[in-house]
Amino acid sequence: MSVLSINDLRLSFKGLRGKTDVLHGIDLSIAKGERVALVGESGSGKSVTARIVLGLLQELRNARISGDVLFEGQALAAMTAKSRADLRGTDMSMIFQDPTSALNPTFTIGRQFAEVLRRRDKTLSAETCATRAADALAETEIPDPARVLASYPFQLSGGMNQRVMIAMALANRPKLLLADEPGTALDVSVQAQTLKLMHRLVADHATAVLFISHNLGVVREFADRVYVIYRGRIVEDGPTAAIFAHPRHAYTRALLDAVPRITGAGLPDVPEVSDAFLAPHISHGSGS
Amino acid sequence: MSLLSIANVSKTFQTPGGPVHAVKDVEIDVQPGECLAIVGESGSGKTTLANMVLGILGATEGTISFEGAALPIKRLRDHRRMIQLVQQNPLSALNPMRSVGAAIRLGLDTYGIGARADRWGRVEAALEAVGLPAEMRNRAPTALSGGQRQRVSIARALAVEPKLVVLDEPTSALDVLVQARVLRLLNDLRRDRGLTYIFITHDLAVVRNVADRVAVFQSGQLVELGATAQIFTTPQTAYARSLIGAVPVVDDAELALRNQLAEGA
Repeated sequence: MSVLSINDLRLSFKGLRGKTDVLHGIDLSIAKGERVALVGESGSGKSVTARIVLGLLQELRNARISGDVLFEGQALAAMTAKSRADLRGTDMSMIFQDPTSALNPTFTIGRQFAEVLRRRDKTLSAETCATRAADALAETEIPDPARVLASYPFQLSGGMNQRVMIAMALANRPKLLLADEPGTALDVSVQAQTLKLMHRLVADHATAVLFISHNLGVVREFADRVYVIYRGRIVEDGPTAAIFAHPRHAYTRALLDAVPRITGAGLPDVPEVSDAFLAPHISHGSGS
Repeated sequence: MSLLSIANVSKTFQTPGGPVHAVKDVEIDVQPGECLAIVGESGSGKTTLANMVLGILGATEGTISFEGAALPIKRLRDHRRMIQLVQQNPLSALNPMRSVGAAIRLGLDTYGIGARADRWGRVEAALEAVGLPAEMRNRAPTALSGGQRQRVSIARALAVEPKLVVLDEPTSALDVLVQARVLRLLNDLRRDRGLTYIFITHDLAVVRNVADRVAVFQSGQLVELGATAQIFTTPQTAYARSLIGAVPVVDDAELALRNQLAEGA
């Protein structure tokens, strides 16, 4: 059974000037322990898909959602808002783009960590929380967990905060981790280190990941499978190696061509928009 | 003669926690018509150096000269006209209350470029030069896409006919397809108008494809300066090697280059 299964997901927003369609029928699934990337440009519908999985958009009065989102076989639409909220921070967790602004500047890391751990078990004592938090931080190769737990987020570097975010997101052993452009705000070398770390930890714990990114290089290094999204439609999906070696959809090809290469192949002449980008979905299969 | 000469320039900020040496004893000559990339991680001094070149900050030590004259030029206005800036986030660089045309025209009025009656014509020509329709002059910046806004920023910088353009992460906020078009546009404009660029970015893959020379900064110091192809194939410092080694790559040729650099370390 898939950890996450999305079938014909449609989303529109009702506004003053009528309805705006955002997602036009997304199909996507993630198996246990699988790392799946959803890649596309800004406005393509990547982040709203994640927000529906988290049950956040369902709270908006002007959002119209149809289709099925099954988490561990259970339909999110059939759950109450309360039980969707209970999943967040326990069986599902999230890592954001900028770790420093995702953490609360007025509380120490230790206090925020305890809050995360108590989402799973409200009865945890302060001592147990501190021990578990220190263990979780040690797992992310943070040299002095006690010092980090006593610090405020603004006293730590971006890379350190990102490690804290990763440790927090995995502390309750979620089944699914949603990572929305993780580390995009960090320097490339720090981003590379923290992604490697995240890769190792999710592999160790067999955590399924929905990895949202616009950066194809990062996707290539992190994901097992890739879905390419364009204007609210999946245009191509398949195993990472197949998508990068043999992209078949015009949009995927354009995206790949447009990435500047460190080998200095020059600046490619690719169109910003083309009718070919609207061609039907191509699937390479699951590769397994 | 070099267009811009940065000679033994240092910048120290006094902070409550003691002095911070943002730029330390930097020496670079920028040649007319070249694209010089300045790369380094956040906090390496890239933007502080750019701000000194733009006359926004003064140097603590050393001198920056433009066409042989030390900066800041007595009339800061002449300085600013010759050295223009394109910023990372075009939405915050453009006044949301002003139309695109008015934003471009402001520079023409400030520097008294062309006859008054011709200036709207110049605004339209500036828009067309960056691939935007002339009618766009009446639109608000908020009504444009990110790529269109960055084109407007470029049009505004180039309308006053500068010699040197400082590009501070000009495509970092753009989608990859839009970035490719904007980078091509910048290249074409430089070639057609004989412009000189100082291109500040943390994106080494972009640098590889746009710059003639690369200056690598680490904690305020210039640690390596050389021709682009040379820096990317035979970097002399471990720091430059590590920067190139951290770039996420998309094809096998790139991966081979990265592995080769890792072996040389």
